[in-house]
Amino acid sequence: MWVIISLGLLGLYILFMLYPMLKLLINSVRDETTGAFTLRYFERFFDPDHGYAYTVINSFKVSISATVITLIIGVPMAYLYTMYEVRGRNFLMVMIILCSMSAPFLGAYSWVLLLGRGGAITKLIRAWFGIRLPSIYGFGGILLALSTKLFPLVFLYVNGALKNVDNSLLEASSNMGCKGVKRFFKVVIPLCMPSILAAGLMVFMRSLADFGTPRMIGEGYMTFPVIIYQQYVGEVGTNYNFAAAIAVIAVIITAVIFLLQKWSSNRFSFTMNALHPIERRKAGKIGSFFIHLFLYGMVVISYAPQLFLVYYSFHNVSRTGNIIKPGYSFMNYRTVWPDLGPAVWNTLRICGGALIIIVVLAMLISYLVVRRRNLVNNVIDTMSMIPYIIPGAVIGIAMIMGFNNGPLVLTGTAWIMVVAMCIRRMPYTIRSSVAVLQQIPITVEEASASLGASKFKTFWKITIPMMFNGVAAGAVMTWVTLITELSSSVMLYSYKTITLNLLVYVLVVGGTDARACAASTVLTLFTITTLVIYMRVAKNKELSL
Amino acid sequence: MNVEIRINHALKKYGDNVIIPDLSLDIRPGEFFTLLGPSGCGKTTLLRMIAGFNTIEGGDFYFGDRRINDLDPSKRNIGMVFQNYAIFPHLTVKKNVAFGLQNRKLPKDKIEAQTEKFLNMMKIQEYKDRLPDRLSGGQQQRVALARALAIEPDVLLMDEPLSNLDAKLRVEMREVIKEIQNELGITTVYVTHDQEEAMAVSDRIAVMNAGVIQQIGTPKALYQRPANLFVSTFIGRTNVLEKKLVAKDGALAVDFGGYQLPMPNLTAEAQAGQTVQASVRPEELVIVDGGEGIRGTVEFSTFLGLNTHYLVRLETGERVEIIQESRIDDILAKGSTVRMTVKGEKINVFTQDGSRSLIA
Repeated sequence: MWVIISLGLLGLYILFMLYPMLKLLINSVRDETTGAFTLRYFERFFDPDHGYAYTVINSFKVSISATVITLIIGVPMAYLYTMYEVRGRNFLMVMIILCSMSAPFLGAYSWVLLLGRGGAITKLIRAWFGIRLPSIYGFGGILLALSTKLFPLVFLYVNGALKNVDNSLLEASSNMGCKGVKRFFKVVIPLCMPSILAAGLMVFMRSLADFGTPRMIGEGYMTFPVIIYQQYVGEVGTNYNFAAAIAVIAVIITAVIFLLQKWSSNRFSFTMNALHPIERRKAGKIGSFFIHLFLYGMVVISYAPQLFLVYYSFHNVSRTGNIIKPGYSFMNYRTVWPDLGPAVWNTLRICGGALIIIVVLAMLISYLVVRRRNLVNNVIDTMSMIPYIIPGAVIGIAMIMGFNNGPLVLTGTAWIMVVAMCIRRMPYTIRSSVAVLQQIPITVEEASASLGASKFKTFWKITIPMMFNGVAAGAVMTWVTLITELSSSVMLYSYKTITLNLLVYVLVVGGTDARACAASTVLTLFTITTLVIYMRVAKNKELSL
Repeated sequence: MNVEIRINHALKKYGDNVIIPDLSLDIRPGEFFTLLGPSGCGKTTLLRMIAGFNTIEGGDFYFGDRRINDLDPSKRNIGMVFQNYAIFPHLTVKKNVAFGLQNRKLPKDKIEAQTEKFLNMMKIQEYKDRLPDRLSGGQQQRVALARALAIEPDVLLMDEPLSNLDAKLRVEMREVIKEIQNELGITTVYVTHDQEEAMAVSDRIAVMNAGVIQQIGTPKALYQRPANLFVSTFIGRTNVLEKKLVAKDGALAVDFGGYQLPMPNLTAEAQAGQTVQASVRPEELVIVDGGEGIRGTVEFSTFLGLNTHYLVRLETGERVEIIQESRIDDILAKGSTVRMTVKGEKINVFTQDGSRSLIA
């Protein structure tokens, strides 16, 4: 029975992941007209005259800067949050989680609406002080949008690590004369190093693969996911094979970085378990003021622009949708209503379908990997981790190359989006399922066997129910990433399969700001609802990413 | 329910690492049999081979006449109690107990009656609708036991079931276990590293070390007539003194240095002049006021109420522990010299390498 499931899963991976990736690789070295082997596209990419290679450097600049900045913001935030009494800590935690959940490109878009050329703050400052703000577009804007969007990840990771630091470690450190800032750098940071490295990698990978942010706010500042998209969509002339070549280069880069991180984090790997969690102290009056200012200030900077989108969505606008008129109403909602219905339905059926498939497969795979180690299952384990290093844009283009023609044609259907989503999000859900399963002592399953239950019955009646809470919590987070998925779906959607997130994107690109805001508000409602459900489902209010 | 367990030439290895080289064992029907040994000695491995959770690399395992080597754990009809209880956390107490019965596809009323019976027997009736995480350790242990027994297994296997309980509960629960086992008369294999616990519950004990059974016997036999030096040091406390056998009045005696203890009960293997290991338990040394005896100096004394423990340095340089019933007069002061005699009929004498007993 389990052998059949193993082979079935292996088949799915070969068909939906290896096959498209192989086609991608083949296309990257095949001439578009003759079909002969060529390295032309790679040469073109690295040719200094075309300036494509520059996009990789741009991507790196952005990603490294964003990683450094989010660490500088996120680590002290988590430290202060853990060490000191903060008013409304639960509310603060919820807001930070909410920040981490919003659609990546919406952050960038809201900054454009605030600080862009025609932005609200830009106009206000010009009217009041006659000062022209420096341009938000380009490197600075991307960095601003990415940092404010991604520091919550660092905060949540490090906060989780600090929970496992035993208070006695800090007391011992003070006892030996290492206190305050010195202790922060000499004791606290090294103790959290595994989580800091993991968070750093997460931020780096997300920034590197992010398509929406540079697209919204980057303008001339190209990063490689944007180039792949452009080569594919053809704003400056389509070239599938060249897009494939860039995709291959992108995967090589992310793979190298992933391996580097693995290597470095192995050197810092240790486990902690706090018997006595860190006791929070009350800071002095002035200190407390600055702590609150810092923590709440960062949350406001991160989330306020999104609230501005909500506010903006109620503005009256001209018929074309791009000129603001005085007064407030629901007119934008009325205008997008015909599109909104199908988009919401598509979101539910496509993302919901993907979620169900992801959860079911992740549970099966984690069970096979943890409890039934053998050659086939080890192969599945390795394969399931491959998508972790593949940027969304690359998966998008691989899907098209795999399923545009040939034995299985899926392009234009909802299925291709479901497949792309499954491949992209599966590694995270599998990792969290594996973690959940490893927490369950094997003796519970043995007890079931000794009581006469078959292996399958044990899995169904004991293992799954015991895993369920942990996996469900992870599934809620997966759901959020699915409904805000852009970088691969943007290449795969058709008018029949447009989701809410894509609708916002299309409206933004179409220049109808207020309507885009209306759609984005509905999307925000989705994420908030999800968070509320999460708080109900998860026993503790901790977030597993 | 009363089934015999026979193990012939069991072999267990992980890769090239041999855990149990060659082990044979007969467990009588209805017997409370304990595998006792230090951690890593292979006792849990052996239990899990009987249960079917570990593969068997060689040898034959029988329940009665049925060879069970290749039988799936779910078909062996065993009740197992695990160290961490392994209670299903998502099922209520009652559903936990009924789980095995439901797998047998018994009629509903039969399941209900059987579940009730064991809930009552283990005195957990009042918690039947609770989830396990709202029970104390002792109560969880009772649930685990009720669940294992409810299927009326041929064999009950217990893997250090009391090690997660505090000292007081441990004593209470071992009495519960012993009582229930007596009542049901079910063949039981019990694994523990706690020799006191093993002595308290077992009919017979197998002492294991490095995958080899050192001795099988009743608690009394293991304590009083250990088969080798390992068993004598592992079960209870003892002073091991390397001494020589001498001939005295036509018989053999152990020469304690100025004090020669006649040993009429040695085997034919024992010869005068042979070096032996004498194992003298602390209560087998008696402090006397005068006359013949081993001489020594008190180095340390501990008053423990019923008994007083002394640490004495012998004239020959060895240190021995002595346990005496506490007396009403003063405790012997540090530095005072004492004389001791030895209860010859109780002590054990082993070959120099400690592998065999020289007691007939």
